[in-house]
Amino acid sequence: MPSPATIGQFALIAALLLASLQATLPILGAARGKSSWIALAKPAGQWQFIAVALAFCCLAYCFVTNDFSVLNVASNSNSQLPLNYRFAATWGSHEGSLLLWTLMLAFWTAAVSIFSRHLPETTIARVLGVMGFISVGFLLFMLTTSNPFTRLIPVPLDGRDLNPLLQDPGMVVHPPMLYMGYVGFSVAFAFAVAALISGRLDAAWAKWSRPWTLVAWTFLTCGIAMGSYWSYYVQGWGGWWFWDPVENASFMPWLVGTALIHSLAVTEKRGAFKSWTVLLAIAAFSLSLIGTFLVRSGVLTSVHAFATDPRRGLFILGFLGIVIGGSLVLYAWRAKQVGLGSPFDVVSRESFLLSNNVLLAVAAASVLLGTMYPLVIDALDLGKLSVGPPYFNTVFVAVMAPAMFLLGIGPIARWKKASIPELARRLRWAFAASVIAAIVIPFYVEWKPLVSLGLLLAIWITATMVLSLSDKLKTVNLKSLPRGYYGMQVAHLGVAVVIVGIAVVTGYESEKDLRMEPGDSVSVGSYDFQFKGLDLVSGPNYEAIRAEMNVFHNGAIIVRMHPEKRIYNVSGNALTNAAIDTSVFRDLYVALGEPAGENDGWSFRIQYKPFVDWIWAGAFLMAIGGVLALTDKRYVTPANKKIRIPEAA
Amino acid sequence: MKFAVPLVLFAALAGLLAAGLRRDPHLVPSPLIDKPAPAFHLARLDEPSRAFSPQELLGKVWLLNTWASWCVSCRQEHPLLMALSKAEVVPIYGLNYKDNRADALEWLSQMGNPYVLNVQDINGRVGIDYGVYGVPETYLIDKAGVIRYKQIGPLTLESLEKTILPIVGNLNDELAK
Repeated sequence: MPSPATIGQFALIAALLLASLQATLPILGAARGKSSWIALAKPAGQWQFIAVALAFCCLAYCFVTNDFSVLNVASNSNSQLPLNYRFAATWGSHEGSLLLWTLMLAFWTAAVSIFSRHLPETTIARVLGVMGFISVGFLLFMLTTSNPFTRLIPVPLDGRDLNPLLQDPGMVVHPPMLYMGYVGFSVAFAFAVAALISGRLDAAWAKWSRPWTLVAWTFLTCGIAMGSYWSYYVQGWGGWWFWDPVENASFMPWLVGTALIHSLAVTEKRGAFKSWTVLLAIAAFSLSLIGTFLVRSGVLTSVHAFATDPRRGLFILGFLGIVIGGSLVLYAWRAKQVGLGSPFDVVSRESFLLSNNVLLAVAAASVLLGTMYPLVIDALDLGKLSVGPPYFNTVFVAVMAPAMFLLGIGPIARWKKASIPELARRLRWAFAASVIAAIVIPFYVEWKPLVSLGLLLAIWITATMVLSLSDKLKTVNLKSLPRGYYGMQVAHLGVAVVIVGIAVVTGYESEKDLRMEPGDSVSVGSYDFQFKGLDLVSGPNYEAIRAEMNVFHNGAIIVRMHPEKRIYNVSGNALTNAAIDTSVFRDLYVALGEPAGENDGWSFRIQYKPFVDWIWAGAFLMAIGGVLALTDKRYVTPANKKIRIPEAA
Repeated sequence: MKFAVPLVLFAALAGLLAAGLRRDPHLVPSPLIDKPAPAFHLARLDEPSRAFSPQELLGKVWLLNTWASWCVSCRQEHPLLMALSKAEVVPIYGLNYKDNRADALEWLSQMGNPYVLNVQDINGRVGIDYGVYGVPETYLIDKAGVIRYKQIGPLTLESLEKTILPIVGNLNDELAK
């Protein structure tokens, strides 16, 4: 009986062969009209998925059963590690996370082959062919430079540990979520490339791509939000976004993907923006690939950085050149035939959506610029530097503020031709109310311009939403409004909630770093923190020093908080485990620093973070919006019955 | 032709990434280069009752090597430090970083002691002043007490012969002027 690692190795090779088949014959068959070749696409894609899934299970099995004869397991796991983290360690390394990436891609491939029965066979053949080509790239990359099944001789008695930062429930769900989203854009990409190959780009193309893009976007939204929350509670700094290159790598496809779902809607409903939509579909997945390159090649330093290996970087870069370069060559060649689509007025819902699209693309480009800038400067030998939050925050607010303003108008404006005086008349009360509220509310705490701006945009979005809903209800009742409409409004409400969270927490958070001895008290915000004392506790694979902090508000004790400092037994790494007390309007955050001086003195970081949870709640609302839109009847009913969505009245 | 614009932009980006691949992002020049070495006053490893401060070395060119008994890369550079101390080209002082005294003494008695003397930076505060982000790191300090070079990571024969020793030579000549 061969060992699981050997089976996994062979499964990967089998997957490579199947993916090669999937990438070549169906596309050729579609070009030459050979139906037997076209028919290979689905079985090849499905068997490729089974092979990759088998390889993944083998690797997971090696991790769970502590098979330290596998280098990857020996370097990233340990027999003391709890079971769920041993499983999650499967994707804790460079090799394992590539396997997860490939698994997701194969999963999407299989899903497309199963759920696209109503599509023309040639289209499916091309779409699966393009996805197969991407699979070939990743499988080759794994087998040549990053084999997860490399064996270790002699077999060590035990493994090095999984990085303690990764020993967290977040590790179990965050990477799979993120990759589902990231990789899911490959479907829209494959549809776009297939359409470019065939030279036929009609509304049907947009209609087929929409649900896939929406699913991917929903996963990516959840993945990013979870990553942000994870870094908030695990890194011990109390920050929720760092503009770290790896965060940016997931954020850029999200921005472009957001533009894409809106653009697809216009292309499908109005037949406009065709070539722009194709470009966005290519860009969203290209940015996912570039993100993978940035993370996997070690070209940029980041808290997520993995070991640098120039061979790997070169391989991915070559692959990027072929996939992105190839698709853009195709675009440059064919986009003229695609045409711009039906015309629309300068003032119309189309133009508002297009402006918003452009702003989102500009935002993504400015994030890309900031992420790449250190590389440019280094490549020109002008020194080493890093681009920090001041750049990103400034540029991002400047670009997103007008986008958020347009977000309020878009759903209200008419398709094709709207009139500014009419819009102004309909929106004046919403606008006046937002301005007044935004100016007055911050005085309740302390007036700050950015808080006021954030509130203005959030209230504006909410007010226009109420307006749109009440307009709709004049003609139809609540139940007959399509799910897609609700999805849009819930997602937009999510945006407003995120803005409130960001504006308030940035404007009013307070923080103290100080040394405390047992019995000491300090007040942060309107809360008093009293340090009671220290305890020693042991976890499954770590020892920890635990502090007890009693928190008083208006003289009454409201919560006892227990921040920990953990020392992991195997690696000896220390990790701060902050204590967080969450409620709707604020988080209290206590992190234990270092021992400082006599009498059990320790350094503490204590933070008061108003409305911080609104950031993640808002992102969650956006994801719910995505799910609502997905359950719209249009995606559930057969393709031939087209259901028209009532337009804004 | 406008449809080719994305292709051109991507080509530029790919060129940039290719250039970036040939560089090591971990090589960050220390902001402390050509700045006075941060002062400290720490207990000596051999006799904790006595203290040492870099001011005592004004007028000398010397190396400050940060190390720890728990540090694997320090083991790798240790033979080179031994050879360097035997050659008596430049004195090596050790900053024993976040270490346990007994372990550190044990290490020195087992592996040999290339240092003129060692100080203990138990809580790593001096390490922070020097911008240490991983042991070992080695600082070359001139007669005026100014840091002239910083080696991040273990010393290698190449870095010693090509970079550090030539600078040491130049710095020693400076007195003659």
